[in-house]
Order: sequence, then C-alpha cells, then structure tokens
Amino acid sequence: MLSAITGNGWALLGAALAATLAGCGSAWGVGLAGQAASGVVTEDPSKFAKVLVIQLLPGTQGIYGLLVAFVALSRFGLLGGGGTELSVQTGLMVLAACLPIAIVGLVSAYHQGKTAVAAIGVVAKKPDQFGKAMLFPAMVETYAILSLLISILAVTSIPV
Amino acid sequence: MAVLQMQRISICALKENRKAILERLQEFGAMEIDIRLEDAGGYELQDVAGSKAIFEKQAHTADHALEILQEYAPEKTGMFASLEGKPLVDPETFNKAAVRQDNYMETANRLNALEKQVAEKKASILKIRDRIQALAPWMELPVSMGYTGTRYTSCLIGTIAGSMKQEDIYRILAEYAPEIEAVDVEIISVDKDYTYIAATCLREEAQRVEEALRSGGFSRPAQTIRKVPSEYRRDLEEEAKREEGELLALQEEIAGYADHRQELRLVSDYYRIRADKYEVLGKIPQTEKTFALSGYIPACKADALIRELTEKYGAMVETEPITEEEDVPVVLKNNRFSRCVEGVLESFGLPGKDDIDPTFFTSVFYVILFGLMLSDAAYGAIVSVACGAMLLKFPRMGENMKKSIQLFFWCGLSTIVWGILFGGYFGDVVDIVSGTFFGKEITIPALWFVPLNEPMKMLMYSMLFGVIHLFTGLALKGYICLRDRRYLDFFCDCVLWFMLLLGLIGILLPTELFAGIAGQQIVLPAPVVTGAKWMAVAGAVGIVLMSGRGTKNIGVRLALGAYDLYNVTGWLSDVLSYSRLLALGLATGVIASVINQMGSMGGKSVPGVIIFIVVFIVGHTFNIGINLLGAYVHTCRLQYVEFFGKFYEGGGREFHPFHRETKYVDIKEEKELC
Repeated sequence: MLSAITGNGWALLGAALAATLAGCGSAWGVGLAGQAASGVVTEDPSKFAKVLVIQLLPGTQGIYGLLVAFVALSRFGLLGGGGTELSVQTGLMVLAACLPIAIVGLVSAYHQGKTAVAAIGVVAKKPDQFGKAMLFPAMVETYAILSLLISILAVTSIPV
Repeated sequence: MAVLQMQRISICALKENRKAILERLQEFGAMEIDIRLEDAGGYELQDVAGSKAIFEKQAHTADHALEILQEYAPEKTGMFASLEGKPLVDPETFNKAAVRQDNYMETANRLNALEKQVAEKKASILKIRDRIQALAPWMELPVSMGYTGTRYTSCLIGTIAGSMKQEDIYRILAEYAPEIEAVDVEIISVDKDYTYIAATCLREEAQRVEEALRSGGFSRPAQTIRKVPSEYRRDLEEEAKREEGELLALQEEIAGYADHRQELRLVSDYYRIRADKYEVLGKIPQTEKTFALSGYIPACKADALIRELTEKYGAMVETEPITEEEDVPVVLKNNRFSRCVEGVLESFGLPGKDDIDPTFFTSVFYVILFGLMLSDAAYGAIVSVACGAMLLKFPRMGENMKKSIQLFFWCGLSTIVWGILFGGYFGDVVDIVSGTFFGKEITIPALWFVPLNEPMKMLMYSMLFGVIHLFTGLALKGYICLRDRRYLDFFCDCVLWFMLLLGLIGILLPTELFAGIAGQQIVLPAPVVTGAKWMAVAGAVGIVLMSGRGTKNIGVRLALGAYDLYNVTGWLSDVLSYSRLLALGLATGVIASVINQMGSMGGKSVPGVIIFIVVFIVGHTFNIGINLLGAYVHTCRLQYVEFFGKFYEGGGREFHPFHRETKYVDIKEEKELC
C-alpha cells in the first residue's frame, strides 16, 4: 500500500509533520507557560510584560517547523500548484529531512514550556532576576535550533 | 572599560554639624554607608525607629492622597508614560517643600479625610437604597406598617412564606382556626418567596388569627415603620438625593485639589528622603559631643568630599585603600557606547573581586551577534528609528530603560549592516512586489551572499564568529592571569589551550571532511599542517601534565589532566552553539518571505494590493516582534554561557550610595560618578 504513495505525497507528509508536530509542541509549551503567567498577572499585573516574554519562548519551535515546511514546499515546487513530480526517493528524503525539527520541536517545546513555567515562578518572586530566569528556557531551545539546522541543511541539499 | 577604584572613607565630626553633614552626604550621593562597629564601647546608637516611622507614614499619607486625586481627577497619561521618567525640579523648589511641609501635609490629610467622608456617604446612600428596595412590596399598603387596627378590629400586617393566592390563605385559616369567620385577608403583593398580606379581624380574635397564620408561615415585618409606605419612600428618596448631592460636592472638592499634585509629590519625596536620613542616623555611633561615620566612596570623588567636609565643618576625614577581605561594591565606568550593555551584564552579575569589567567586549559582540540574528535591513531600520525617536522624545526616561533602548538602537544599526550584506529587506519584499504588481522581478543583490542559498557557507561563518568570540574570552582569561602575575596559570590555562585549539583547527581545515561540509577545499602549505599537528599534540600533552598541578599525587594529577583535556568536547559544543546565528537569521528571512508570498496571493488587482498591505503590516509586525525576542534571548545566551563561561565569574555587589531616593521627582544635581 505504501508503494501507492507518490514522491510528492512523501514530501508533503514531511512538510506537514514538521509544521504539525513542532506546532503542537509549541502550542503545548506556550499553553503551559500561559497558565503560570496568568497566575502571576492576577497577583501583580505590572509583571505582565516580563511573563509574556517568557511565555513566548516555547513558541519558536512552531515557527521553526513552519519554516522547514515552507522551505521544503517551495523548494520542491509544491507551493502554488506547480506541476513538479518528485520521485519516491526524493520524496522520502524530504520526509527524512523534515523529521529532526518535527520530533525535536515537539519534545523540546513541551520541556521548554515546563522550564518557562519555573522561570515565571522566578520572576514572580524575584522580578529583578528576569535576565537569568529567561535563560533557562532558552537553554532547552538550543536543541530545537540544532535540529532546525540539520533539517534546513538537509532540505536545501536534496537535489530537486 | 573599568571598575571604578573604591576607597574606604571614615568621617568624625562634632555633633552640632551632624544634620548638615548627613544632608550634604545625601545630596552628594556618592558614598555608600557601611559602618563597622568594633566592640570598643564608649559610644551609643540613637534610637530613630519612632521618627523614621513617622516620616514614612507622612510619605505614605501623601502617596495615598495622590492616589485619591488620581481616582477623582485622573491625570492623562500617554501610552509611553513609563518612558517619561521623573520630572526635574531645581533645588529651590524642593527646599520650598521642606519649608512648607506642614501646609502641604494639610492638603494630604484633608484629601484623606475627604475620601473617608466619601466612603461614608456612599455607605449611607447604599443603606437608603436598600431600605427603598425592601419597601417595594408594601407600596400598595394604604396604611402605615405599624397600623394595629381600629377600636373593634385588629390589623395584622406581615409576610407568609411562598407565593400564595387569597384562597390559599383562607384555607390556612380554615385549617388552623376553623371557628373564626370574621377575617378579611388582603394581598398587598406577591413575589417568588413571599406573599405580603394585611389581614383584618375582630380585636378579640386577633391573637387566634395570628397564631393560625403563624402556623401557615406568617411573620411580622422585621422593622416596623410608622409611616405609610408610599410616603416613607418619598422621604427616603429625598434623603438619598440630598446625600448624593453632598457626595458630588465632596467629590468635586477632591477634584478641586488636582492642582496640588506637584506639592504632594514634593512633600512625599521630602519625607522619603528624611526617612532614609534617619535610618543612617540610627546606625552611626555617637558620643556626647561627636559622631563617626564610614563607608565606601569612588576614589575620584573622595578629594572633593574631604575638602568640603574639613573646610566647612571642621570634620576629621580619613581615607584608606580597600583591604583584601572586604566586600567592595562595584561601579562600572564605560564609554558612551559600551555603557548601554551594562544592564545585560548586571543581570548576569557585576564583576567580582578577581574579574575584569567585560562590558566593552560584551557590547561589541552583543551588537554584532544581535545584528546577525535579526539580519534584515528594513527591520533594523525600524528598530533603530523607533529607539532613536524614543530617546529623543523622552530624554528623562529612567537610566536602565535608557540603556536598553540605546542598546537596541545600536543593535538596529548593526542589523541594517548585516541586512545589506545578506540582501534582506522585509525578506524578499522587493522581488515579490515588483514581480506581482509590476510584472518584472527586481532583486536587490546581497552585498556579500544570501544565507538561504548558501546555508553551509553561512554555517561556516557562524562558527568562525563563534571561534573569534570564544578566543576573545580565552584571551581575556589570559589577561586576568597576567594581571594577577599568575604566569604559570597563564601558560597552562590559556597558552596551552590556544595551542591545542589552533592546532586542531589547523588539522581540521585541510581535511576531506571539512571540504565536504564547506564545499570547498582549503589547502594549507605542508609546514603549516605539520606545525599545527605538533602544536596540537604539544598543547594536549601540556594540558594532561599541567591541569592537575594542584595535586601532589602523580596518578591523580594525570587523571585530572586527562579530564581537563576532555573539555575539548565542551569547546566543540560551544562552537556549534553559534549555529543559532544561521538558524535565527534564516528564520527571520524565511518567515518574512512566507508573509510576502501570502500577501501577494491576491494577485495584481486593487483588492490584491489591499490584501498585500494588510498582510504586510500585520505579518511583519509579528515577525519583528518574535525575532527581536529571539535575537535578544539568544545573544544574551551566547554572552552568558559561551563567552562568560571562558573567563567571567560575576557575583560583584552593586554600589548603593546614600542618596536622595525619590519616587516622583528628580532634584537637579550632578549625578555623574566621575
């Protein structure tokens, strides 16, 4: 049955996974952090800007996923109804190239979200430690960036 | 690029000059009070808790009066109010507040009293309204609620639980007092919980009728009113109106004090300053005729203060250099450009005892790395123009805010430069607009290269920037070792590592592996390659031998050395960490092109142009926001983790001079520390 899937199908699946999984992870992470942020703002509305910044940190994985998906789609002519026919091999390569950001994006955004919750806790108690608090979630993001890098490099180096 | 030299200063003077000297020190604002009391005895501390509490309470009263004014006569504040900073007042105006403090406090007390009256009026109006509400069901009752009847008849007025009709009540009467017939029940009104009735019966049967009704759930009203309900309501409404009029008058009176805001602010700050002064006063040791005081002062300020105190007040002032074990407060002193990154440094930690002030290097790399991550000329221009405009419009904004905005201004400029080098202007908006709306695609060529087309090249350069950044850090560590005359440390921890790392780079560059990644073969002359090999080996051997030099045991020493050599993987991960320069740069550009592409989907038509404009504005605003955040966070990370990790400890203590700490106004004075 799998052999019925065309190259375009595989490529599209890869792009879709990148956007979907990474996006889900970010939604999850930002959601977690948002709950903590709302709690802080109920107590002290003046911390709004600070906790908002921290809440947004796990949101980048979704953007990275979108980015890879977009590069993949546009590079292989799947945007704007172009009539390119990809071979099954190429399609599978695109799928494989999209997987790092899809999977790492999902997992890292969730954990970054949890770290962001803790960082928001820091800001709630010690607002002057904002700079340090912000760094802990940013540490988690490193791995999303590394996987983004591999995905981008892989997608751009697959011959069309 | 420096930490200001500090001195310990000790002052001893006559008590009669105490007030003047303390006030002068507070105005001077450059001395941190740090009194070490030795157990010599012979002095006493003044108990100031009471006076301090009074001043704090006065300041609080004035603050509260300002809050009241804000409620009844709100002051218009703009969107950027938080940027405006405190207004500047000259010392004469401020001293006037000191002279007229009682006058000003009268205003504050009056406002507080008025607010209390307002609260009371509001409560009393509420009470009247409640009473009117409670009266509503009785409106149809033509007699007073206390009406008991005539000579032969009795009238029972009250409520029965539940909504009932007339026959229900007669049924109750028939059930509990079947023998009584002369009863007339009138229903005044009915709501979902109660039925309001007036029952008339013969006077001698009244008690039995009431008992029967009570068995059915009857009760007399809680409060009896000696007036006919409708008349009583009219009276109450008149009273409410009168009270409301008075409330309005009170509120107007409060609003009338709006012009006194400035006075209240001045007096609040005046008491705040006095409370601070009394706190210091409570800490200084005093004898019958003299008092003493000590603390830290930047060396460059010391002379002026010493001269003034000795000449004017005949005080005895001594300074001495800082001893090794003292925990000295830190003040940074940097040029106009580097100063703006001090906030970033502070949030990591001020330089500790053995650190150098890394502000200058941090600022240069911060601006460069930030620009690389945002890397879009148009975004950079927007950021710079916005920050520049804010700086011009609000010259008196708070010091920290000003530094951050200046930093972003410089970062914006750097972003413009990188954007031009990489050919990013709102992503690819020029291509899209010209291609979609003018039918001919125009591309502004990148001055250097387009990272999206040559990501591997960009990756190599990202790591090159990383290596430069990290090597600067290592070199600074070497500088610290040299400064402290720890030459062995300099050789082992800095030189050997440089040899190893440079050697490894020399080995890596000409390999097939590197050529495969970078896409181009680098050929180094053979002696260089051999030299690099030997250098790496020498470095590695040196590190293994020397890293554990603290321990005597040769086995442990070698083990520690081998472990330290393992740090080479740390260097690898540090360098790889700079790949975020590529990733974030690409993210900005690609999201921008997604936005442009989405905008251009409407095609070449009037609605198409409108769609494009809307998508363009919303999309790029979002993209700037999210990427500014990303660039800020990740530049900080590269500085804190990768760069500072090489040489910087932090943990210094901030300088808290005894100064006029105000909340509302800044008093004109020389603020600059040296």
